[in-house]
Amino acid sequence: MAKRNLIDITDLTTGEIDELIATAEDIIADPAKYAHACDGRQLATLFFEPSTRTRLSFESAMLALGGKALGFSSADSSSTAKGETVVDTVHTVSCYADIIAMRHPKEGAPFAAAQRSEVPIINAGDGGHNHPTQTLTDLLTIHREKGSLDGFTIGFCGDLKFGRTVHSLTSALSRQSGIRFVFISPEELKLPDYLRTGVLDRHGLPYAETDSLEAAMPELDVLYMTRVQKERFFNEADYVRLKDTYVLTPEKLLPAKSDLTILHPLPRVNEISVAVDDDPRAAYFRQVRNGKYIRMALILKLLDIRV
Amino acid sequence: MNIDSIQNGVVLDHIQAGRSMEVYKYLHLDELDCPVAIIKNAKSNRMGKKDIIKIDSPMEVDLDVLGYIDPNITVNIIRDGVRVEKKHLALPEKLVNVIHCRNPRCITAAEPQLDAIFLLSDPDRRAYRCAYCDAEKQR
Repeated sequence: MAKRNLIDITDLTTGEIDELIATAEDIIADPAKYAHACDGRQLATLFFEPSTRTRLSFESAMLALGGKALGFSSADSSSTAKGETVVDTVHTVSCYADIIAMRHPKEGAPFAAAQRSEVPIINAGDGGHNHPTQTLTDLLTIHREKGSLDGFTIGFCGDLKFGRTVHSLTSALSRQSGIRFVFISPEELKLPDYLRTGVLDRHGLPYAETDSLEAAMPELDVLYMTRVQKERFFNEADYVRLKDTYVLTPEKLLPAKSDLTILHPLPRVNEISVAVDDDPRAAYFRQVRNGKYIRMALILKLLDIRV
Repeated sequence: MNIDSIQNGVVLDHIQAGRSMEVYKYLHLDELDCPVAIIKNAKSNRMGKKDIIKIDSPMEVDLDVLGYIDPNITVNIIRDGVRVEKKHLALPEKLVNVIHCRNPRCITAAEPQLDAIFLLSDPDRRAYRCAYCDAEKQR
């Protein structure tokens, strides 16, 4: 089998995403069946940028499949600190591991790494660009909460410019049917042009842009909140000015639909009040749990292991 | 104005008037040792005005570069004073080390030894996207 990577969510067909969701559902139903699927296999997690959830989720996924995990969690503790290129680092690690999940602050670093890696590369986030396994997590969560990946209105709120999870999920949902997008952000953090013209306009998909969460709320079936990310700003003053633009509170949810699904890739700072956590519509911690299962399904697929 | 016809070499015809120096730069014609004639604002029935470049030596022309600059350019191969081949160009699907990404967040900005790869994203707008970060470059 030719080496498969997951760099961009569109590397997977919609049919393959359906298969991954089906595998994840089967794992949730019968985890014991998969407990030795990756016996003797190793996952390397190369995190050139800090992460809690994604790295632990990958490691937990591999351990639950019976495999092992190795790696580093910051660029300072790798040969990058000595000036090694990302391509050389990944090429080296690909001699030790069976599959690599990597996060890097520079956009396109996983694509560069995949050109020389001998084993499958999974993009675990590249700067403000893409985060396809978060998207798979989001899709599994939407599927579990809504019963389908078609026919709903989704609102993305917050940092839509640098929010890589927004970019990947928008690309993924653009291939589904009956999706309407509402993009809620301040002017400075609007969706990048390459998505607006290159994906939405090009495929004639219905979307609206607004700066008002309150105005958009009543029509939403799914609300995807995001954090304004300090690490994406060159200028701290811009971050401070924009970071508190949107805060979701129980009051703001009053006009929302009763079956709204609230998602957030986490970590949050203050954009969702903790008072919202007990609302049954808040699905973001269920989303975290789903992340492990869909990564298990993805590891199995890229290693071509069938259970 | 008289420019001698060439015996063995390449004539780049139908260059949009005023773009010949761009072609000269992208093809690195300054590095050639042979005579190179740049004719600007020549009369053209089809284009009104056009530029022409005559290279008095056989050479491999990078058709991808030319196609990117202007797909309407025609490439004429001359041997023994006779045109033996006329090539028409198209927008290339992929450009390698022709243009470079200006996104400071792109990995190619941090690691310049990487090939600069751009993929054709919208032929109508002649738009290309960086294969690494998706930043757009439009002509």
